[in-house]
Amino acid sequence: MDLSEINPVLLIASLMVAATPLLLAAIGELVVEKAGVLNLGVEGMMIIGAICGFAITVETGSTLFGFVAAAVGGAVLSLLFVLLTQVALANQVASGLALTLFGLGLSALMGQSYVGVKPPSTPELNIPWLSDLPVVGPILFSHDLVLYFGIGLIAVVWAVLKYTRLGLILRAVGENHDAAHALGYKVIRIRVLAIMFGGACAGLGGAYISLVRVPQWTEGMTAGIGWIALALVVFASWKPWRVLLGAYLFGGITVLQLNLQAAGVAIPVEYLAMSPYIITILVLVILSADKSGAPASLGRIFHASH
Amino acid sequence: MIVLEKRPQPSQAWSLATPIVAVLATMFFGGLLFAALGKNPVESIMTIFWEPLFGEFSFYYRPQLLVKGAPLVLIAIGLSLGFKAGIWNIGAEGQYIMGAIVGAGVGLAFYPLEAWYIFPLMVIGGALGGWAWAMIPAFLKVRFGTNEILVSLMLVYVAEQMLASVSLGLLKNPEGFGFPGSRNFQSYASAYNAELIEGSGMHWGVVAALIAVIFAYVLLNRHMLGFHIRLTGEAPRAARFAGVNPARLILFCLGLAGALAGLAGLFEVSGPSGQITIDFNVGYGFTAIIVAFLGRLHPVGILLAGSLMALTYIGGEIAQSELGLPAAAIQVFQGMLLFFLLAFDLLTNYRLRLALKEVA
Repeated sequence: MDLSEINPVLLIASLMVAATPLLLAAIGELVVEKAGVLNLGVEGMMIIGAICGFAITVETGSTLFGFVAAAVGGAVLSLLFVLLTQVALANQVASGLALTLFGLGLSALMGQSYVGVKPPSTPELNIPWLSDLPVVGPILFSHDLVLYFGIGLIAVVWAVLKYTRLGLILRAVGENHDAAHALGYKVIRIRVLAIMFGGACAGLGGAYISLVRVPQWTEGMTAGIGWIALALVVFASWKPWRVLLGAYLFGGITVLQLNLQAAGVAIPVEYLAMSPYIITILVLVILSADKSGAPASLGRIFHASH
Repeated sequence: MIVLEKRPQPSQAWSLATPIVAVLATMFFGGLLFAALGKNPVESIMTIFWEPLFGEFSFYYRPQLLVKGAPLVLIAIGLSLGFKAGIWNIGAEGQYIMGAIVGAGVGLAFYPLEAWYIFPLMVIGGALGGWAWAMIPAFLKVRFGTNEILVSLMLVYVAEQMLASVSLGLLKNPEGFGFPGSRNFQSYASAYNAELIEGSGMHWGVVAALIAVIFAYVLLNRHMLGFHIRLTGEAPRAARFAGVNPARLILFCLGLAGALAGLAGLFEVSGPSGQITIDFNVGYGFTAIIVAFLGRLHPVGILLAGSLMALTYIGGEIAQSELGLPAAAIQVFQGMLLFFLLAFDLLTNYRLRLALKEVA
């Protein structure tokens, strides 16, 4: 065991990479939940995004097309959730589960011919002088563009929710859909758009795993990250910047346990590998006392006749 | 313009018809999917639903129906009680694994002693293993209000790592030439969950599944606790006024679901699968969620749904080997079933009516 092999600068840089899929999926789900909808299908939408992004990138050679396809794939799958919960008024928990089970199967089917293929690498930011700086360079200035996009998205979501009319309407729908309906807002339409936004974000997060983080395609490769993203929204008590904080925390744990595995710590690999999940549970326990941030209409079905 | 009108009471007829309509819709759209994959849709559907029951080799496949159906029914019965009360245990897969690990561990601890009490002790161990694993989300929910969906699911991944750990370490076969995996129970008579009737597929897990169905039926229809479960799900406020203790209900529902899932794992590991291996679990815990809904959370419905789902597993395997249908296609097929079921459920609670668009 040699802990001195773990380089803190590289650790922070790879932590940011590990956190990005979580961050993308969680910020999408945050918007969905702010609109009063609980979509448990994040894992399914992520894995669909992972395979869509991977397949299109391999076929076209362009990672940009890949990420766009991933966002579209996630959003299209989320339409199934829309159909179930907003049109057929089905239970949101069951529908979300259905989405995940279906997505996992469908992605395995779509990805059959892509197992073992290597995708083209995602271009990284390279600013001549800044990227070469010691410490600051690798941490701040030499990542792929999607990582910066993720952080930017957090800022945008925060600003929209806090300062714009659109954000106010979204929150109104999530807090009290009957009142929002009485004010003349199209509750269903707003929720549909929010769900699709969540699907696109989850798709991007999934593609980030298959194109940057790993990068290759294997069945079920999201391995619960979608579920951790759901936990992260609770952790963040529905506040965008806390999503960033939480994602980096979980990213840090993931990267640290991988580093410890590589450094040959005396803890068996399996116990290190289960640590992110156990820590998720612990964090949920600590934070679940405070539910004041939760949108009041979360998970409730809206029908104008009620 | 079609509008939805809420029914004063859920329609009894639609409630029974929805699963059938959903299965038919899944067959149709599944056929389209198979056609898109370049297979003959009619032949594929026939292979899945007809071949295992009445085909040439049905004498081999029919017993398999019991083998695959039993764990699904056993787990789904436990889940359905929780789902009825609005308690969402979706980590049955983890409870299944832990039941198998603990039960197998008990059996292997006695090796090579031969005695009549070993298998019963393993059964108890399996139930306790699953129960204990389910008590984690139950306790956390009762004590801290933690979301049981996320905790039970996270514990699936933890259980999978545990499984990897024990099959490489604690329970590894010392005479296994270094291969991962435990001793095979087939060569350990006192711990082997053998077929009760030769060639029937009937093992103790099937018996347990049938008992669970009867038990759940009696509980829901003839017992106060069952009434409380139904009441909590349908009218939580009324339940609170009626003095239902939600904490006790959570502990009971999750604990029972865990114990049943653990039993399913134990019967599987000591019988059909035979040994603990890294990938011994095949997702019964997740498929059981579909079974529970397809069976309308009703014990008898679950029995039928479990048989149907077992059929798609076996038929899917036949279609794989005979028609080259990918394994994932069956997974999609099963996922579709849950989709259509939830979608058509609309008709149980709402009436579709043609109406002119009113001026708002």
